Amino acid sequence: MDLLVLILQGVIVSATSLVFAAIGELVVERAGVLNLGLEGMMVLGAIAGFAVTLDTGSYVVGIAAAAVTGAIAASLFGFLTQILLSNQVATGLALTIFGLGLSALLGQGYSGESTEPLAKIHIFFLSDIPIVGPLMFSHDPLVYLSLALAVGVAWFLAKTRTGLILRAIGENHDAAHAIGYSVVGVRMAALLFGGACAGVGGAYLSTVQTPLWVENITAGRGWIALAIVVFSAWRPGRALLGAYLFGGVTIVQLHVQGFGIDIEAQYLSMLPYLVTILVLVLISHDKARISLNAPACLAKPFFVSS
Amino acid sequence: MIRLEPLKEVSKGLLYVTPAIAVIVTILLGTVMFAVLGKDPVQAISIIFLEPLTNSFAISEMIVKATPLILIGLGLSFGFRAGIWNIGAEGQFTVGALAGGAVALALHEVEGIWVLPLMCLAGILGGMAWAAIPAFLRTRFNTNEILVTLMLTYVAVLLLSVMVHGPLKDPEGLNFPESRLFHESAILPILIEETRVHIGFLVALAAVLVAWVILRHHVFGYQVKVMGQSPRAANYGGFAQQRVVWTCLMISGGLAGLAGLFEAAGPVGQLVPALPVGYGFTAIIVAFLGRLTPVGILLSGFVMALTYIGGEAAQIEMNLPSAVTGVFQGMFLFSLLGIDVLARYRIQVSRPAWAAEK
Repeated sequence: MDLLVLILQGVIVSATSLVFAAIGELVVERAGVLNLGLEGMMVLGAIAGFAVTLDTGSYVVGIAAAAVTGAIAASLFGFLTQILLSNQVATGLALTIFGLGLSALLGQGYSGESTEPLAKIHIFFLSDIPIVGPLMFSHDPLVYLSLALAVGVAWFLAKTRTGLILRAIGENHDAAHAIGYSVVGVRMAALLFGGACAGVGGAYLSTVQTPLWVENITAGRGWIALAIVVFSAWRPGRALLGAYLFGGVTIVQLHVQGFGIDIEAQYLSMLPYLVTILVLVLISHDKARISLNAPACLAKPFFVSS
Repeated sequence: MIRLEPLKEVSKGLLYVTPAIAVIVTILLGTVMFAVLGKDPVQAISIIFLEPLTNSFAISEMIVKATPLILIGLGLSFGFRAGIWNIGAEGQFTVGALAGGAVALALHEVEGIWVLPLMCLAGILGGMAWAAIPAFLRTRFNTNEILVTLMLTYVAVLLLSVMVHGPLKDPEGLNFPESRLFHESAILPILIEETRVHIGFLVALAAVLVAWVILRHHVFGYQVKVMGQSPRAANYGGFAQQRVVWTCLMISGGLAGLAGLFEAAGPVGQLVPALPVGYGFTAIIVAFLGRLTPVGILLSGFVMALTYIGGEAAQIEMNLPSAVTGVFQGMFLFSLLGIDVLARYRIQVSRPAWAAEK
């Protein structure tokens, strides 16, 4: 039983960075923008969060710095794709390549350093209940923040007027523009939000989950988060589920050898990537369903024709 | 009010001038970046972009690094024209090297001029096989090839690692995770004495020529253009999009696999876990910077190779991390995409409506 609790706690920790990144990207895609630079924004957030936390000794400042860094990176993407109307796929790739390079450059002096793990909360009595306590009431604050974020975004998209406008812009930007909404403004705001979320997700990886800085620390998690958004059919609840599923795959891979199964570590490390492909195939083979759920204007450029 | 008006005809002249402007803008941005980081910007830029050009050994190394970039970039350009985003050339490169390398290792006691061609064939087929997975999944299950090709890159790198830790490990080595050194018949002949330039460069040049002919004179070149500009028109045109998807992915996979084999049988000379160093990703930038045209890719392959050589020089002389190469490559693509607005849109400065009425 203790092992099971330990495994489930591991799942929650490894899912949290994916929750942040996927929920942020989900809002961006709902507004009709495809930002493939998720990996780059995450890794920039990871180094910013790590460096600032280490230098100031404050997690709050560190995580805030990561959010700002992610948002700045996203604003660069926004400027190119929304103002200068560049191709979103190519610009996203550029952001990823740039982010991986710049983070390594900035992190040069931080290799091998590590931070104290972020303290877990402890609530009198509740945290001491067997099984339920360690699973529900003894995580670090960011785990709860990620869950609140998912709930908040779900509420925002479904129940608020601004959420409705954002979705309308993602479905039909010309109509939304004709009514008088600022397509570029809303999309920029969504991008900044998505960048901040990705930055926090990256910082969770470098300051809480590992917690240390190595080059390329994200190791494809940004891309997996993109796949989770497709998996979720652009719904926050299912994105949360997807992130926990992938967190589970990552943790199972760590424990398989513990169960005495003799297999090379590399084959197990392939699991998350192979599962991603499998899930994508299962989700997308029904063409009609994908086109029903995907925002109709996803990745299409918008310009005002007189 | 400043507004962008899309041009009916993309400006041809500007289309070829903008990559050059992008190079200049990148160098300016790099100067600013080094100044911010507290390094001497003039020294850094001259080490990265100028010194390699004044030294014949560095130029030969540029050719060595441009070879895989040109091969992979050419392959990718077909797919990018048609809107097929193979961004996992790095994985196809790795599997190509693995397949071709395995042939070399299996034949390590055999001499003969047919060994190398056999390895090349295995490399091409390896890359094609790896690219066949996204091609099959896209045409059969409608699965997004961007994510599949990328995920398969991670899998390929892990596969290479398993193989050199296990079945392909040098039996006479000191238990290091690397294969035995390729024997003489399995090493690419050197083209220029006392450098590492191998005949793979001639193959890359030939590939440029072939690609140019296909794009210009073959119906397939026309099909990829139509499919990229208007998938629906392609449908009405009556040619099977599925076949274009397959062909594009087979070309890019095969060329990336061949480039991987060249790397293993050329400068490296064995299989090691660190064989894939990012050429597959850099080649994406090469393809765009070269405007998806064969001759452009030839030139931009050299520009990107320069960032590798310059990055290495900066690492040695200024103690900068080699990641500076990635930073410059990202900035190249950013600047190019940003400046492209000049070639595709007319910037209109219109007076507000109330002013126009007067």
